[in-house]
Amino acid sequence: MTEQGIGASVLRKEDFRFVRGRGKYTDDINLLNQTHAIIVRSPHAHAAINSIDKAAALAAPGVVAVLTAEDFAAFGGLPCGWQVIGKGEEPMIEPKHPILAEGKVRHVGDPVAVVIAETKTQARDAAELVDIDYTELPAVIDMREALQNAPAAVHDEAADNQCFDWEIGDRAVVDAAFEKAHHVTSLELINNRLVPNAMEPRCAIGDYDNASGEHTLYTTSQNPHVIRLLMGAFVLQIPEHKLRIYAPDVGGGFGSKIYHYAEEAIMTVAAKVLERPVKWTSDRTEAFLSDAHARDHVTKVELALDADGKFLALREFTLANMGAYLSTFAPSIPTYLHATLLAGQYTTPVIYAEVKAAFTNTVPVDAYRGAGRPEATYLLERIVDKAAAEMGIDRIELRRKNFIQPDQFPYDTPVALTYDTGDFEATLTPALAASKWDSFEERRKEAAQRGKLRGIGISCYIEACGIAPSNIAGALGARAGLYESATVRVNPTGSIQVLTGSHSHGQGHETSFAQIVADKLGMDVANIEIVHGDTNKIPFGMGTYGSRSMAVGGVALSNATDKIINKATKIAAHLMEASAEDVVFEDGIFKVAGTDKAVPFGDVALTAYVPHNYPLEELEPGLEETSFYDPKNFTFPSGSHICEVEIDPGTGELEIVAMHATDDFGNVINPMIVEGQVHGGLVQGIGQALFENAAYDSNGQLLSGSYMDYCMPRADDVPSFTVDHEVTACTHNVLGVKGCGEAGAIGSPPAVINAIVDALRDYGVTHIDMPATPAKIWNIVNQGATAQAAE
Amino acid sequence: MYDFEYVKPGSLDAAKSAIAGAEDGKLMAGGMTLIPTLKQRLASPSDVVDLGGLGDLAGIRKDGNSIVIGAMTRHAEVAASADVKAAIPALADLAEGIGDPQVRNRGTIGGSIANNDPAADYPAALVALGATVRTTKRELAAEDFFTGMFETALEDDEIITEVVFPTAEKAAYAKFPNPASRYAIVGVFVAKGGDGVKVAVTGAGPAVFRVAEMETALSGNFSADALQGISVSADDLNSDIHAGADYRAHLVGVMAQRAVKAAG
Repeated sequence: MTEQGIGASVLRKEDFRFVRGRGKYTDDINLLNQTHAIIVRSPHAHAAINSIDKAAALAAPGVVAVLTAEDFAAFGGLPCGWQVIGKGEEPMIEPKHPILAEGKVRHVGDPVAVVIAETKTQARDAAELVDIDYTELPAVIDMREALQNAPAAVHDEAADNQCFDWEIGDRAVVDAAFEKAHHVTSLELINNRLVPNAMEPRCAIGDYDNASGEHTLYTTSQNPHVIRLLMGAFVLQIPEHKLRIYAPDVGGGFGSKIYHYAEEAIMTVAAKVLERPVKWTSDRTEAFLSDAHARDHVTKVELALDADGKFLALREFTLANMGAYLSTFAPSIPTYLHATLLAGQYTTPVIYAEVKAAFTNTVPVDAYRGAGRPEATYLLERIVDKAAAEMGIDRIELRRKNFIQPDQFPYDTPVALTYDTGDFEATLTPALAASKWDSFEERRKEAAQRGKLRGIGISCYIEACGIAPSNIAGALGARAGLYESATVRVNPTGSIQVLTGSHSHGQGHETSFAQIVADKLGMDVANIEIVHGDTNKIPFGMGTYGSRSMAVGGVALSNATDKIINKATKIAAHLMEASAEDVVFEDGIFKVAGTDKAVPFGDVALTAYVPHNYPLEELEPGLEETSFYDPKNFTFPSGSHICEVEIDPGTGELEIVAMHATDDFGNVINPMIVEGQVHGGLVQGIGQALFENAAYDSNGQLLSGSYMDYCMPRADDVPSFTVDHEVTACTHNVLGVKGCGEAGAIGSPPAVINAIVDALRDYGVTHIDMPATPAKIWNIVNQGATAQAAE
Repeated sequence: MYDFEYVKPGSLDAAKSAIAGAEDGKLMAGGMTLIPTLKQRLASPSDVVDLGGLGDLAGIRKDGNSIVIGAMTRHAEVAASADVKAAIPALADLAEGIGDPQVRNRGTIGGSIANNDPAADYPAALVALGATVRTTKRELAAEDFFTGMFETALEDDEIITEVVFPTAEKAAYAKFPNPASRYAIVGVFVAKGGDGVKVAVTGAGPAVFRVAEMETALSGNFSADALQGISVSADDLNSDIHAGADYRAHLVGVMAQRAVKAAG
């Protein structure tokens, strides 16, 4: 490890601009002659559009256009990037997701018209004048109702509101294992619906150059090339060479900025129609009503155990809410990114999952930090705890009894994945020690003396990151490849630009990616610039999500850097009149082994571009290499998260008194950044467990549609975390990395809920749904106390 | 927001005539509620009369056994005031717990009580301490001032100038905040002063209210134990996605006990 290389906690280069407010976000971009768009959105969850009268809006001051669905008739709908095939080879129902509502609106916030004016205020004023005549239709909100006795169909194509009925595993085999079980534990639970709430709201600016015919879309995206492909090829039929997507600094995404949204297509089309740039910036209310939501499962899970507590089988029946339309990757989340994780850290030999996806008159649901794996981890780590309590087996012992052992890797799970490596005891033991698990009962007693209920909970998670091998993803329904590209461009004077298809929107790539190159080339990170986000600069990229940037993009970068070293070695050999085999590269200097001949990297770079003394017959000039890396497998981060809570039974108030995470992310490039990622993930996981809930009323109005009612976790809601990590290196990528971005949000919710259930055990509580608010805790305690009093 | 005329008078007289002359004018103190309301286009006043130029309305002074707080005094100033801390520490504590630092540095006592949000903190303090609201037209006892949800006795062109708080022998405020907004789901201000014990509740109902049964019990025995067994009916209390009426009713009891304990 060098001072700035792999493994060093190098301070984040990008923070120099971010902490001074000098980041350049999409909304900071203003183009000459720019117009402003306001989207007119549906106030109804479900309604027929009888007519739209634009006249008054068009006549309003400053208005240059009012566009509705008819203006987009030539274009396709927003595509879904993943096709799930259900039981009986039945493909999912895939209704059109129009850019602007065609004849019907299907959720509050569904875009119906766009008003474009000289100023944003003029557009907003005129938007109120667009006269839309609706006939309200019955709203389908609750997904259980949607699939059973719905008052209406969200889409004519799915009369029963079912998008797909998918399964994995052999039900007959699993049911047979349940028949033979000594004990069966059952649990019904809800994985609450969340709103992603990136700090920066979405923004899109369309621009069109009628001389070159080139479109430019500035947008808040985690994956600009994916947007170029989806929007260019499938929606607007603009070829890639005439479509530039630029996502500059992006203020958080958490998944919500993966997807291709209607506003991007609207601005792109409008800019061409008007031959003027058109800008739209979401406000927070719009974000609540139009950014893809998350999670939203209703689940029944059962675990079969033998008399010793060995897991015999697991089965899950889940209803997953898709919302009103299929967002870009929605169908993959409750299926392939969820049920494939149901083995967890355990040797459960047979597993069955059935997932029915429903259309409802709510905002579309898609991936959000963890995407399917938090839902899997939650149900699994909850039912393991419940089984332990029912069978009177210590919950740590029960987990240990069922752990996949280190010598069992690579391990084929019964749900399609092969874990390449892992050591679950290696993260469990230090986590127990750090959280003083063994002395907890003393703390419980001490708290009881103060009238407080204290509980401790654990979650042992594994997740799949670094999505994914393209061929496997393709076989499972992905309509895209999932590799990553990186170009290392060595400039003539030796400075370096890295062009990466990964996108950084808070992850610190500009530092950690530079560290990989710095480590390999023995140079200062200050000489290495990470360029991302612009399809006109970057060869190609699949973007940042699924904790894939380091495990896929970082490996591509490492490979490209190796190609640079390989070529530079040949140039150096020529300069030193030696054979390339005899040249070694150490600390940025090429040397001929056993001699005092040496050439620094900078001289080689200059020679590559000023090839006066150069092996031109063998090598091309220049020093720039590109690598596309398609991984062989997912990566499998794992770990143990432990939460300790204290509850005031008089009010249900809860304090997290301690939270510890021991994670195995494989090799770690920048421990400080990784620690920050874990902290952020833990806070979001705690947010889901205790605070956040996207609540709809029966008419489909979002009750928690602002921060007055949607509770985001704040600094004073969480303790000072302790985190550490153990390393089992990933076996199938050269960096040995696994990914760390989502683990905090995956592992922590069940640890928090397990701690609460532990605290409330004496009240007969065996489960509490998220978010475990004080009101909910008080109600359950109160009912428990009432029930006890009645006995 | 919609367009409106913005005026920032330099004197109380100018403010009075500005609001009296406006077709549908709105007074703005700290703007902590008004500005978000305007931004969301939920209000469209013809004129916004900004009271921020009226320096005379800001400030805290002792007047005999009372603390007098100017209507334009920021929550942060009340929280930090040595006079308030010495005379009515519970009032400084309450101010310290309003909103967040931004709100405390912009929001004012006059703006808060004029808005009379059912979940605001100050109304409970005014009622429990038996405060008097002075306006450009008259003096109003706190209980006469707060008339209902977002309703006060203020006339359209009447401006609050200051609030007079008699000191109390014992006082404390206990608040159960809404986890999202941090407004009070239930806030209880308990005060033992010259005219007896008062228990005022905010957040739980449509507007601040007193709990007579608790006051009677505490008059005889000012201790948390005296409140044991006293329950508040959930019938007219608020219910929303954060807390049902039953829970709020229960919290009134718990917060009252906490306040009594804190009052010592």
